[in-house]
Amino acid sequence: MFHRESGVFKTSYVADMAVYPLPIAKWTVAALTALFAVVVPLAMSEYYLSILNLILIAVVGALGLNILVGYTGQISIGHGALMSVGAYTAANLITRLHAPFWLALPAGGAMAAAIGTVIGIPSLRIKGLYLAIATLAGQLIIEWTINHVPWISGGVQASIEVPRPTFLGTQLRTQTQLYLFLLFFAAVAIVGTINLARSRVGRAFIAIRDQDIAAEIIGIDIFRYKLLAFALSSFYAGVTGVLYTYYLGVANYEQFQINVSIDYLAMIIIGGLGSVLGSILGAIFVILLPIATRWLLEGLGGLFLSSADLANIIPNLRLVMFGALIVIFLALEPEGLSRLWRNIVAYFRVWPFSY
Amino acid sequence: MPELDWQFTLALITNGVMIGLMYTLIALGFVLVYKATDAINFAQGEFVMFAGFIAAAGAYLGGLPFWICALLALAGMTAFGFGLERVVLRPLIGRSVVAVIMATIGVAALLRGFATLTFGAGTRAIVMPIDEEPLFLGPVMLPPVQIVGAGVSLVFLAVFTWFFLWSRMGIAMRAVADSQQVAMAMGINVPRYFALAWAMAGIVSALAGVVWGAMLGVDNQLALVGLKVFPVVILGGLDSVIGAVVGGLVVGVVENLAAGYLDPYVGGGTKDFAPYILMILVLMIRPYGIFGRPLIERI
Repeated sequence: MFHRESGVFKTSYVADMAVYPLPIAKWTVAALTALFAVVVPLAMSEYYLSILNLILIAVVGALGLNILVGYTGQISIGHGALMSVGAYTAANLITRLHAPFWLALPAGGAMAAAIGTVIGIPSLRIKGLYLAIATLAGQLIIEWTINHVPWISGGVQASIEVPRPTFLGTQLRTQTQLYLFLLFFAAVAIVGTINLARSRVGRAFIAIRDQDIAAEIIGIDIFRYKLLAFALSSFYAGVTGVLYTYYLGVANYEQFQINVSIDYLAMIIIGGLGSVLGSILGAIFVILLPIATRWLLEGLGGLFLSSADLANIIPNLRLVMFGALIVIFLALEPEGLSRLWRNIVAYFRVWPFSY
Repeated sequence: MPELDWQFTLALITNGVMIGLMYTLIALGFVLVYKATDAINFAQGEFVMFAGFIAAAGAYLGGLPFWICALLALAGMTAFGFGLERVVLRPLIGRSVVAVIMATIGVAALLRGFATLTFGAGTRAIVMPIDEEPLFLGPVMLPPVQIVGAGVSLVFLAVFTWFFLWSRMGIAMRAVADSQQVAMAMGINVPRYFALAWAMAGIVSALAGVVWGAMLGVDNQLALVGLKVFPVVILGGLDSVIGAVVGGLVVGVVENLAAGYLDPYVGGGTKDFAPYILMILVLMIRPYGIFGRPLIERI
């Protein structure tokens, strides 16, 4: 029941693609579910849960971007704006029509998917650099539109206040309740992405990433699958935007500017392109890094730096660290943290009897 | 009032041309790197900002005169270009386009954070030793900073054209751009020319940083001019020097006309918005730009 294999003994593709390669995998999943669904919300304080909530939201967004960049090999610098599309769609539905979360979430996702598909249309003729620039244009145009159309943005401040979601008649007020709410959607996103990668669609995405012309020659409809990748990825982005709006209690375009697009790119590069585990690790890393820096600086730097200095230093230090980490990971470990994790697992596979 | 309208239009167009020439300067750095190394520099705006910071720091900290500051920025950015190529870009040779794009995005974030950390968040001025009085040509008012900027751009363009058409290094660089393998077979040291291309991008950025810094003031917002590079190069064609000039002029004029005529109706911000609409149109109709070469892809 708890045995592990001492090498790679798979003899069929079915065995290789299995979700649970060994019985122990089922137990691990069960244990993780119990840990995150029962132990964590009981054991952790509100503050730590609020950080975990940010991570859960980021996991959804990082998975979405990884579908596009990691699996399909397209690039998007416009995901921040797509999140704002989801956020404002949901915020308008909630405040004007009092839509419940189970309507607002998919609606935000669907709207982002529709607009993301439009942004993705140029990917059929152009790629690489051109696509990066087209999505950058998408980011700027969406930002401008939200900022200049009061009907969408709700007036001068371009922010709409949104009440917390209501589940079975009770409003989710505490971080613990919100944690369970977000955990559910993050889990759905994780399971969905794992299974997407194993499906026909996922294989088509990977074929397009590896060589799109070759993929077209073996019969993959590039038009359909590229747009599908954009739509799926944007749907995740839209849902991320809605979740973040619920978390903050307000939809504001300033939360979704171009630096957010870059944060998410940093997540999947640091975590590992084309890997579900990588998206999760990257989201954890990118969310925790500035918080850890803040603790460290406030602990050490409080002695000789004023709080005004700290307020200036922390966001810029964060930029420097993200920039450096993106470059370092691209140059030294292109497969990111997930590769490091797999190396560790491979080392311990036959430990201590390796030869 | 048809006459007044005509004057207004003329003023907008002239200013657009001036600004357009200054965009060209920034776009040249981008085109140069793309032509020689096939790498896309998403940090071009941050290069310009960093050069501006070096020049401003020379004036503020050292109390140095303008020319020394400008030279300081030139030297600093050349060294920076060399260093960047060696440390960041060389390990990525042979990797996918997306990897290079993301690396330069990383460099951009790094530069923006580093510049603000070391130089502070306030706006610094670069003062050119020239008259502050605007020049009047009939109905058109031209600030001297813009004239100097456009002049620097034109001079550099001439130097650039000479370099690529007649100098030994320029011809070698064109050979590298055309085919790296053939260039290697002909005995050209390809990595050296990659480094040279990045150093030249540094030089162009230094000039642009001093000129733009003198016009707008130096702070981390200066990097935003880099966002205008993309419409310019896409319009003109990524690998074309003439394209950078034409693209720069068109973008400069279009954004000025849009700001002049549309801003009152939509409540501002058209200046940053119109070039991107133009760019999307170009991407849909002719993605390789007016003067660019269509890319033929083989497996």
